[in-house]
Amino acid sequence: MNAKDISISVKKKDHDGKVSGQLAYIGDVKVDLMLYGVLYRSPIAHGKVRSIQLPPLPEGYAKIGAEHIPGANFVKLLHKDQPIFADEWVTYIGEPMFMLVGPEFDILHQLLDEVEVDIEEHPAILTLEEAIRQKDHTGVFASHEFGERSDVIKAIEQHAHQIIEEEYVTGYQEHVYLEPQGMLGIYTDEEILVEGSMQCLYYVKNALISALACKDDEVRVIQSPTGGGFGGKEDFPSLMACHVGIAAKAVQKPVMLLFDRAEDFEVTTKRHPAKFIYRTALDEQGNILCMNVELYLDGGANAGLSPVVLQRSLLNSAGVYKIPHFHAKGYALKTNTVPNGAFRGFGAPQSFAAIESLLGHISGKVNRDPIEYKRNYIVKQGDPTITGGRFKDPVLIDDMIQDLLQTVEYAKKKAEFHAFNQHNKRYKKGIGASFFLHGCGFTGSGERDHIKATVKLARTENDQVLIKISNSDMGQGALTTLSKIVANELGLPYEDVSFPYPDTKEVPDSGPTVASRTTMIVGKLLERAASKMKAGWQSGVSQEAVEHYVHEEMIPWDEEKFSGDAYPAYSWGVNLIELEVDTLTGNVKVEKVYGSFDIGKAIDEQIVKGQIDGGMAQGIAYGFMEKMTSKSGRIEQKSISDYGPPTAMDVVHIESKLYDNPFAGGPYGAKGVGELPLTGGAPAVQAAIEDALQIDFYQIPVTPELIIERLTKRAGGSD
Amino acid sequence: MIKFILNGKEVETVAPATVRLIDLLRDDFQLIGPKEGCGDGECGTCSVLVNQLVQNSCLIPIGAIEGAEIITIDGYCNTEQFQLLSECYSEAGAVQCGYCIPGMIMASEALLSQNPHPTEEEIREGISGNLCRCTGYNMIVDAIDLAAKKGDGLW
Repeated sequence: MNAKDISISVKKKDHDGKVSGQLAYIGDVKVDLMLYGVLYRSPIAHGKVRSIQLPPLPEGYAKIGAEHIPGANFVKLLHKDQPIFADEWVTYIGEPMFMLVGPEFDILHQLLDEVEVDIEEHPAILTLEEAIRQKDHTGVFASHEFGERSDVIKAIEQHAHQIIEEEYVTGYQEHVYLEPQGMLGIYTDEEILVEGSMQCLYYVKNALISALACKDDEVRVIQSPTGGGFGGKEDFPSLMACHVGIAAKAVQKPVMLLFDRAEDFEVTTKRHPAKFIYRTALDEQGNILCMNVELYLDGGANAGLSPVVLQRSLLNSAGVYKIPHFHAKGYALKTNTVPNGAFRGFGAPQSFAAIESLLGHISGKVNRDPIEYKRNYIVKQGDPTITGGRFKDPVLIDDMIQDLLQTVEYAKKKAEFHAFNQHNKRYKKGIGASFFLHGCGFTGSGERDHIKATVKLARTENDQVLIKISNSDMGQGALTTLSKIVANELGLPYEDVSFPYPDTKEVPDSGPTVASRTTMIVGKLLERAASKMKAGWQSGVSQEAVEHYVHEEMIPWDEEKFSGDAYPAYSWGVNLIELEVDTLTGNVKVEKVYGSFDIGKAIDEQIVKGQIDGGMAQGIAYGFMEKMTSKSGRIEQKSISDYGPPTAMDVVHIESKLYDNPFAGGPYGAKGVGELPLTGGAPAVQAAIEDALQIDFYQIPVTPELIIERLTKRAGGSD
Repeated sequence: MIKFILNGKEVETVAPATVRLIDLLRDDFQLIGPKEGCGDGECGTCSVLVNQLVQNSCLIPIGAIEGAEIITIDGYCNTEQFQLLSECYSEAGAVQCGYCIPGMIMASEALLSQNPHPTEEEIREGISGNLCRCTGYNMIVDAIDLAAKKGDGLW
């Protein structure tokens, strides 16, 4: 690696402010005359609002509700089904009905307790199972079906040696960004300014324009330093922005809405719980002849981003495998529960957990090693995708697997663990792997048709360059990574490039900070803008350079038919985990973790390592620790320790390795990295637990309770 | 009236004894270093030193701090020890969203002042009351290890 290699790490742009605690997050901001808002939330899962009775409000306090919305009463995103204030019907427990604003938090909470609402209760759909039963009549946000014709599958199944049917379920996952959601609305005569913790400035701005029925220049959105997002601050902040925007306009004062942890847990979006039903036909040697999958996502009470999450789930339902005669059908369904939304991986982690689990179980049934069995089906460069697109770039995953097996001495380790388990009654050791990919950027033609990203660079007369884009740094390092790309391209010192927190008054719409698109798509545009700026460089003169997204045509994506190239590029991963299960307590002790990744090219090795470590910790915990449940329409976990994200004691050092495989469409060859590392954790940990116990599991998380239940059943002979 | 020492200065307050220390620090003393992540003593983002021990300021009623010495990141960031920790956190790439970091730094100080040469296991235990959702902890563990090595004699 030479000294100019872009991968070499630098000091992060925001290091000093963050490490000293002096960088102000939205909760640290106080402005003159600021009021606080608290939301009155539906106590009922489904019902018609009959009446609302407020206690007498002291001076300086006000109720803000649907009657104050100048525009339409829905949060603009995809469907028009999410009210800003639910004033006629409530559709989930926790749905905001109205807001009280005033100067003192304590008094606001007292007032909330004295509110009386009368709601006529209606039947509610409270579980995904119930939604699946009713799907032919009601409650489908989106569905797609594609792949091999069913008569062909039927014919193959008739001549198959064996048909394997399996169901698999995955639970909620909560983001637990350390900074709870927060948003501030400020009224001035000219505009409504909204400032807060968010990933997508223009989603927020567009929602405000719709809610306030105002002109483009009458709203302004500024991102505050954002204390973690993971998708949780993709769609949800738009709702809060509407609340504070409307309230600020109504009372003509600044209004701050800050959630505490319990409220954040109860009402913000989560990872979709999912159910998969697989039907696989095998020949006498155990080879797959055809596969059929039905998948269901619990969307919660409104569509939100569920239709798009469903697409990614379906696109990954065959994993990294070329399965002959594959057919898939999927639904995003409505339930009267808290709406689910974006979470790092965006529907893919569920699908990878499911397909990796299934192939692991099939390999066991036909007496083959799971890794060896799966490798028979790994896609290669030039192979078709399940939607008739093509893996056009080099695919390194099989080499990555081979390398990792050698590194860990897989065969030897398997034998050692086997011997250990035979001699040890209480503790059992296991090893398991997962293989996965992540399609980088928006699905299909989203970048071209919906996002249409624009980036801008501005140079001052002192040759300082400003990055003007609408992407957020939420901790993933975008301030640093993108500054490095621009500095490198311009041949300037990194210190001469700055990336202020975006403000829609200053920056064009370069798209949301989602979908592992920021470095690859926005970074590429910035690289081009920088190269344009360099060509017109005149010292001592201010200058601007603007670039627009240009679509690279592939096999055209058809959303209706669900066919074509869904993504311009794929990042790839291999995880391997060694662990020990205590069969007395069900506790799992993860001992070794390996991750190999092809993300094209690392723009900053340390930032990438941070994504890998943090993503894998979340993914592994999703597989065996983090359990969130809903009962009678209410999220049961109220606090962080009820839920159980990992502490420093729960994780171990991660042995990670990057493979260079530059992608021409990304800056310096970079592809997406944000979501990929989360995806493989759960299936690898499940596979390792299965290897240790020689028991198949059909759900995640594989908690100690579940382990004990299955061990007890086995001991009783019923498993 | 409650008197205590805040970041090296004697201070007093007439706030009721049941007020949480975090609120007193943030609202009355305008110190934004201690962040509120949960309000339940579970996440550690509001960690401060109370008589050299790391504590969650959201769990402490100010009646309990009469005469105590309180150090928050806002004062601690002027020390030599902080400078080294900051450098090591940067060198190890330990800071992502940053929300847990002020608390992590205070926990790092508490650990190193008790145990200047901790093992990896001791570092993990030392920060186990401080949650981080971005890093998966390893780079923070590396940063503290680095500070212990570079700061030989500083703690």
